[in-house]
Amino acid sequence: MIRIPIGALIGLFFTGLFFLSAIFAPFIAPYGMAEVVGDVWEAPSDQFLLGTDSIGRDLLSRMIWGGQTTIFIATAATILSFTTGAVLGFFAAVSGGWVDQALSRFIDLIMSIPSLIFALVVLSVMPTTMLTLIVLMGLLDSTRVFRLARAVAVDITVMDYVEAARLRGEKIAWIIFRETLPNALSPLVAEMGLRFIFMVLFVSTLSFLGLGVQPPQADWGGIVKENKEGINYGIQAALYPAYAIAVLCISINLVADWVLSRTTSLKGGRG
Amino acid sequence: MTEPLLKVRGLKIGATIYPPGEKSREIDIVHGVDFDLEPGKVLGLIGESGAGKSTIGLAAMAYGRGGVELTGGEVWVNGRDVLESNMTDKRRLRGAEVTYVSQSAAASFNPAKRIMEQVIEAAVGQGKFSKKDAEARAVALFDKLGLPDPENIGSRYPHQVSGGQLQRCMTALALCPQPDLVVFDEPTTALDVTTQIDVLKAIKDAIRDTGVAALYITHDLAVVAQVADHIMVLQQGAMVEYGTTDQIINNPKEEYTQALVSVRSIKHEEKIPTDKPLLRVEGVTARYSGTNFDVLKDINVEIHPGQTLAVVGESGSGKSTLARVITGLLPPSAGQIIFDERTLTPNLATRPLDDLRELQMIYQMADTAMNPRQTVGTIIGRPLEFYFGLKGKEKQTRIQELLDEIELGTGFQDRYPAELSGGQKQRVCIARALAAKPKLIICDEVTSALDPLVADGILKLLLNLQKVEDVAYLFITHDLATVKAIADSIAVMFRGSVVRYGPKSQVLAPPFDDYTDLLLSSVPEMRLGWLEETIANRKMESAGN
Repeated sequence: MIRIPIGALIGLFFTGLFFLSAIFAPFIAPYGMAEVVGDVWEAPSDQFLLGTDSIGRDLLSRMIWGGQTTIFIATAATILSFTTGAVLGFFAAVSGGWVDQALSRFIDLIMSIPSLIFALVVLSVMPTTMLTLIVLMGLLDSTRVFRLARAVAVDITVMDYVEAARLRGEKIAWIIFRETLPNALSPLVAEMGLRFIFMVLFVSTLSFLGLGVQPPQADWGGIVKENKEGINYGIQAALYPAYAIAVLCISINLVADWVLSRTTSLKGGRG
Repeated sequence: MTEPLLKVRGLKIGATIYPPGEKSREIDIVHGVDFDLEPGKVLGLIGESGAGKSTIGLAAMAYGRGGVELTGGEVWVNGRDVLESNMTDKRRLRGAEVTYVSQSAAASFNPAKRIMEQVIEAAVGQGKFSKKDAEARAVALFDKLGLPDPENIGSRYPHQVSGGQLQRCMTALALCPQPDLVVFDEPTTALDVTTQIDVLKAIKDAIRDTGVAALYITHDLAVVAQVADHIMVLQQGAMVEYGTTDQIINNPKEEYTQALVSVRSIKHEEKIPTDKPLLRVEGVTARYSGTNFDVLKDINVEIHPGQTLAVVGESGSGKSTLARVITGLLPPSAGQIIFDERTLTPNLATRPLDDLRELQMIYQMADTAMNPRQTVGTIIGRPLEFYFGLKGKEKQTRIQELLDEIELGTGFQDRYPAELSGGQKQRVCIARALAAKPKLIICDEVTSALDPLVADGILKLLLNLQKVEDVAYLFITHDLATVKAIADSIAVMFRGSVVRYGPKSQVLAPPFDDYTDLLLSSVPEMRLGWLEETIANRKMESAGN
């Protein structure tokens, strides 16, 4: 029986809650995503638990639907960025020489452009669909993952067991996936939690600026944007998405910390 | 009888360990050790790794490293029980009355500060000497320890002096505050034999001249025999035997001590070279890219099937580079390598699979030579799968055969490397090499990271395997005792060239060239007075390291 520390339990609970509500949004949301059901900015009541938004849609429903969009985009983009970044990073480290140089300098080049600016430029010419958002965010963020994966893998590829594999005549895929990856996993998992959060913030930022998820589709950044005027009148509506992002951030990191401490204490695991 | 300087009674030391998948628990590292040390005497603490020797040494400073706790007993220094004293008193003790010399000087000096600053730090910080007096003392000590240019060496940075010199600087650091007791923790283990002898002599003279008492910790009985008055043999945190150096070396009572004294008594009959060598290295010259210095200069050696060529030399002599050239990791700039009558391509990537298979390698550090995330079964099974396409039951059977061959038996297939001891790890590496059915195995310092008794077992195993599998070894080592035990022919390397090469009986028989003489005579022998005798009879100065 594995004993789960209390922090990780809390994290698991909230992470689970967010993901479940995202997956089962159509069943738990009391109203439709874009359904106008009441007056503008109604106060919380039995009918509307969190009140209504700037044009009279149920805010709780918007939050649930919005969570689905935000979490889906962030998850997909994180997976994309990790697959691309880690594979390229390992490839660069294992190959070494000019391959490594070319890849690393190219990544440096991309990283030298602030990613928000880069994203705004691309989104202003490309059609703003969910796919574009995911691919753009995933690829932009993979530069950071590349850096980390390469740094970790460079330390591993000088180990004697990697040399032994080379001497055996192993192909590069074996060296990347069987010798390097298992030993590089712990720092990558920790980074994954962090990057997921940055993805949530990134997509929310883009939506807040009006270049992300397009209305009437809901997402947390978009809800802040739609309701930001309400803050002047003491309306809480714009703050709920902020709370949601904060709770999600903390709980995901609690889980990541726990996974990290478990994987590093595995038999013979690297630190 | 004078009052002992250091009196240890019933010393118990414990630590908390965290085994994977289990609850953490307390274990005893040292179970009740007693000894006395009189002023000006040297006590040698000897034992294998894990015997608790360093832990006991540090206990003399009332210090437990890492999670180690001093759980019981008494340690009296100068008539005070230091385990009972408070932090302020302990701080006064350390660096003033008791000082410490660690194994790796390179890792212990602060690379950003000059040597002098660090050597006088304790002496000045403890208020024993003024800065000026401490510096004068340090210069005198540098001189006594035989460091070149004692007046100015203190103004250098640690990376500007060699390893052996730095180790002597650390000895000066320990002696500078005029302590009553110095703890030497394996001070010469990381050094080459020819350097070790000089450092050993310097330490011995310094101890004699300053009249300081010392605890000398080492795993090498031959080394401790040169400096200690008394020797205490430890095994797994308990005392096995205590006696004068003379008695321990010449008349050991306990079985364990006898085993330590008679280690490396393997007898090996030299084989006659065949007319068809398995591997011929012809005129190989090599350098690393981006340098303008040849690491290997015109090397010509041969290895015959089923025989062992030992390549001996100090660190930096190019032994390991030779292995890298043969395996194809470093293409040579001139010369060629002929293996089994075919010329090997210089680069690893272009070699056919069979060439790779027939040439296997075993590494010095078994820890890093195995992927910590793979089980023993995977590690040994991969070459079987990769070269011979074995699968499922067939593979399992073969893995077990190999495990039996390296004398490990059942129950190891599902273990991870971290769950094996040092000797077991090296055995698994041997099995991995054997799995490929090689004709030649390159052994790069395979026993130098192991305790003497364990190393002995590995050498015996390698010799047995050679008989059974008819495999040839290229044995790279700096340890001449190992060479004498297993080699059929020997190549002595010095600064990238082979200075002496031939069958073992010829290489080890006089007349010697100067370097071989220095190398052979520097290997510590297990008898009293060897150090002085050797220093007096040397033909060639060692490199001055």
